[in-house]
Amino acid sequence: MSKIEETKVSKANLAELEKELAFDETRESEPTLKTEELVLNFGPQHPSAHGVLRAIFNLDGEVVTKIVPYIGYLHRCFEKIAEKRTYSQFMPFTDRMDYVSSMHNGWAYAMTVEKLADIKVPERAEYLRVIFAEFQRIASHLLFLATTATEAGALSPFFYFFDERERILWLFERLCGARLTYNYVRIGGVSADLPDGWLEDALAFINRLEKTILEYDKLLLGGYIFKKRMKGVAPFSAERALDWGITGPPLRSTGIPYDIRRSDPYSVYPRMDFDVVIKDNGDNYDRVCIRSDEIKQSLKILKQAIEQLPDGPIIADGVAKDIRPPAGEAFAHVESSRGDLGYYIVSDGSIKPYRVKIQGPSFANLQAFPAIAEGAYLGDVVLTLGTLDPVFGEVDR
Amino acid sequence: MLSSSSLLQFASHNGMPIWVLNTSIALIMSLVVFALCGLGVLILVYMERKVAADMQLRWGPMHVGWHGVLQLIADSVKLLSKEDIFPRNADRWIFRLAPVLVFLPAFIGLMVMPIGPHLVVQDLNVGLLYVLAVPAIGVAGVIMAGFGSYNKYAILGSLRSAAQMVSYEVPRALSILGVVMIAGSAKLTAIVGTQHAWYIFLQPIGFVVFLVSTLAETNRVPFDLPETESELVNGYHTEYSGTRFLFFLFGEYIALIAGSALAVVLFLGGWHGPGPEFLAPVWFLIKMFAIIYLAMWIRWTLPRFRIDQVMDLGWKVLLPLALLNVLITGLIMVL
Repeated sequence: MSKIEETKVSKANLAELEKELAFDETRESEPTLKTEELVLNFGPQHPSAHGVLRAIFNLDGEVVTKIVPYIGYLHRCFEKIAEKRTYSQFMPFTDRMDYVSSMHNGWAYAMTVEKLADIKVPERAEYLRVIFAEFQRIASHLLFLATTATEAGALSPFFYFFDERERILWLFERLCGARLTYNYVRIGGVSADLPDGWLEDALAFINRLEKTILEYDKLLLGGYIFKKRMKGVAPFSAERALDWGITGPPLRSTGIPYDIRRSDPYSVYPRMDFDVVIKDNGDNYDRVCIRSDEIKQSLKILKQAIEQLPDGPIIADGVAKDIRPPAGEAFAHVESSRGDLGYYIVSDGSIKPYRVKIQGPSFANLQAFPAIAEGAYLGDVVLTLGTLDPVFGEVDR
Repeated sequence: MLSSSSLLQFASHNGMPIWVLNTSIALIMSLVVFALCGLGVLILVYMERKVAADMQLRWGPMHVGWHGVLQLIADSVKLLSKEDIFPRNADRWIFRLAPVLVFLPAFIGLMVMPIGPHLVVQDLNVGLLYVLAVPAIGVAGVIMAGFGSYNKYAILGSLRSAAQMVSYEVPRALSILGVVMIAGSAKLTAIVGTQHAWYIFLQPIGFVVFLVSTLAETNRVPFDLPETESELVNGYHTEYSGTRFLFFLFGEYIALIAGSALAVVLFLGGWHGPGPEFLAPVWFLIKMFAIIYLAMWIRWTLPRFRIDQVMDLGWKVLLPLALLNVLITGLIMVL
């Protein structure tokens, strides 16, 4: 009995001993020179910090071994400010959160208040919101493609995408007078009706972009170097994405068709015919391509919305200037350019909200950054941050 | 040119020692080349901005002078009159010497470039070796700029630059071997002289390898890793401003001029072209600017490689290609 045990033990020992004596590459190539990881401070004023991300990189040669991000450089206490303003006074602040797609913020906030106060939005206003929001999504995705191209080193596509985006901004400017922070959505509707000739110009632009976006796809996404740089870099699986709470294009790039416009339909989206674009790999390349494909889907929605646009009032009747919703709580979310953007408002029946909680997709998406970018090359780390597309106005709020 | 007999006669007539004559001629010639270089860089920067603007739906500089032709003069004056910012912990001498060391080798490399049949400052027998070796010293300046700046981004940029320049020096030198084998000389004027059929047609692989590695040597897109704005802020010259920055700019563009001129000399028939002989420099310049335009076209179209891909391309693709080219050339010559 004891003998058998002994032999067993000795056999196990032997295997261990063999393992220890086996040629160990890492041990053999132990450097004789003292080496040290380079600690690099990235941002908050770095040209590709996407606003104000500060991150500490540990660099082993060109490979980033550790990333510690620090956020909060753009914190402006919006949730607290909301508690000190009336419901309609807080509206302009929402534009300043995700300033690249500010329309969605205003819409999500207005939807929540409307839910809370039980306001029925006229149909024309809903259509105008959809038109505006889809234009905003295109503008935001164009900005994304422009910055990604620049970070990959291609400087010219930046101007092409900005040229297209500028045309959208012209349309916005004619509609509501602003180019970045629109304050277009009102509680119960929208602030302005379409000026004369606006729809024709919008349609002309849609037809133009339908053609040019294919050219840009060929120029940027189809390029050999661009594919080589982006494919297979910093991927994450669908499970990990769900664990992190990632939404929007990064989640859809892993193959999960989660789009609030379809998953939890709001406004007039159920009447629209469009596809939720998904990709399979969840790597940098897919995260870029999905934006370009979503632009095409948005164009499709825009065409339908413009066709179906009904006549009628643009703002609900009888919405008080200072609304006092009944005590209670409401949550509403929209699919912003970056993902699931939700507003949660608690009302105590007074003129001001008791609490406003904002759930920004950038914040959730950004948390994947250290995990997926560690072990990548420095150049790819910058690109990975870019493809997650955080806007720091929304991360910090 | 130095042994021009009339000049010698003039010197002996006036009792001037021969070394004074040689030195003064060398000085005058380098001043002439320097002035031409300055002019060339001005033209190149203007050209780059206009080409970039053309490709990016813009106008480029339009306000200073006719179509902005004087913009570069205004920019130079601005850079020259800027405050000389010196990082607190920078290594004083290395920091100061680096721009000069980047600029000078590129500039000296031009001295053997034959623009016309007799238009060459110094026609060395080993001109080709000289053209390859001397501008390569510039990498020392880049490394010094990185280390002297006391800035991590600058160090990373300079290390990238060193790795890249050293790697691409090898395929670049090998790609030229085929030309030397055919021409039977390393003298640049001799190479052009024997080039009745352009060597680009005899050495297509060599030309491609040479062009790609020249782009890498001069840090142009898609190999602009040492100064990637999105990653390293501005690479090795992050900390430089004013006049010193101007020197880096000079060095960069002169390297581009030198690289394109060498491509013309080796592969595009140098000064050869139809018409009388006095048109030779014109033909040379036209070909050179065509190559430069190609480099700018590439720069404003393509994204950049990652550092490991740059190394892979250099060692695993271009080097075997260059060796293959030498082998094929040798086989054809023997057979």
